[in-house]
Amino acid sequence: MRHSKARWATALLAVTFAGSVGAANTGIPNNPPLLKAGTFDPPRPAPDFDLPGSNGGELRISSYRGKVVLLAFGYTSCTAVCPTTLNTFAVARSKLAATAADVQVVYITVDPQRDNPARLKKYLGAFDASFVGGTGTEQQLAAVRKTYGVTAEKKVVGDSYAYEHSSFTYLIDRSGRIRALMPYGHSPDDYVHDLTVLLKE
Amino acid sequence: MIRGRALTFTVLAAASLVALAVVGYTPIHSASRDEIFAIPKGTWARRMSGDKVEILPDHIRLTLGIRDILVLRNQDNVPQIFGPTLMMPGQSFRLPFERAAEYTFACTAHASGQMTIVVEPNPTTPWARIRWRLMDLLSTLG
Repeated sequence: MRHSKARWATALLAVTFAGSVGAANTGIPNNPPLLKAGTFDPPRPAPDFDLPGSNGGELRISSYRGKVVLLAFGYTSCTAVCPTTLNTFAVARSKLAATAADVQVVYITVDPQRDNPARLKKYLGAFDASFVGGTGTEQQLAAVRKTYGVTAEKKVVGDSYAYEHSSFTYLIDRSGRIRALMPYGHSPDDYVHDLTVLLKE
Repeated sequence: MIRGRALTFTVLAAASLVALAVVGYTPIHSASRDEIFAIPKGTWARRMSGDKVEILPDHIRLTLGIRDILVLRNQDNVPQIFGPTLMMPGQSFRLPFERAAEYTFACTAHASGQMTIVVEPNPTTPWARIRWRLMDLLSTLG
């Protein structure tokens, strides 16, 4: 009985000793990350595309060199992710005030069947008149998604359909490089933080 | 003899309590906040030859302030969809977390089609620190 207790005590001591060693590990933590978003190292050039745009012309990501671009993928019938994300962009832009002119939101649809340039313009304009959207054929849009690692899967819902699609946003710097990826759900202030960092470069 | 054993037991129990107090009351510091996952060179070739290569678990646990930065590295020769993102060869992706919550990401590398990251709050109470250290020790031991 006493042997048993001693063994238990020894085991407990061993575990807590190991923990104590861990507790004594007081290394210097890494520097805090520069951005709230996930960052790429090294950043790669944002793949260019040429799509019918909501601005009435051709939409190319390369047209926005010199600006910081927020690039997102979605569709105008989306009821959850897209309105939240676009509203977040609009609030972030309004908080940036004077520097907002150097931030461009680009929104590529995953639903070419419903989202033509006029519909995109009306939808995006409800959030911010400066936002631009891109559409195209199924093949064009699939090719763009592939180069950005974006997924979109059509799901039949009753008589209609919806899409499950990537919900993150790419942050592209003034040089046209994909610097970061912001997961869905971040606040306007997080965007303001990261945009401010990128705008100062 | 019996008295000697009782003394040994008492000393061990007291030492255990002291160690437990140290473990519980000493703040946790980490040399690195990075939780690193890497796709090694040759992974694509192995997959093409039929090997099932699982690198990224479908559930990852992180702790705020201690290990709260997910780092993904593509060391292979081809682009890879890794976690939530497409990564070029030689590229790394560093994603910090600032809020304790459960995050789900679409991830084509997993059969479920998604990856879940559970970010736990920083352990601030003695029992939470003991639990965290014990879990960390167990995961280190495999």
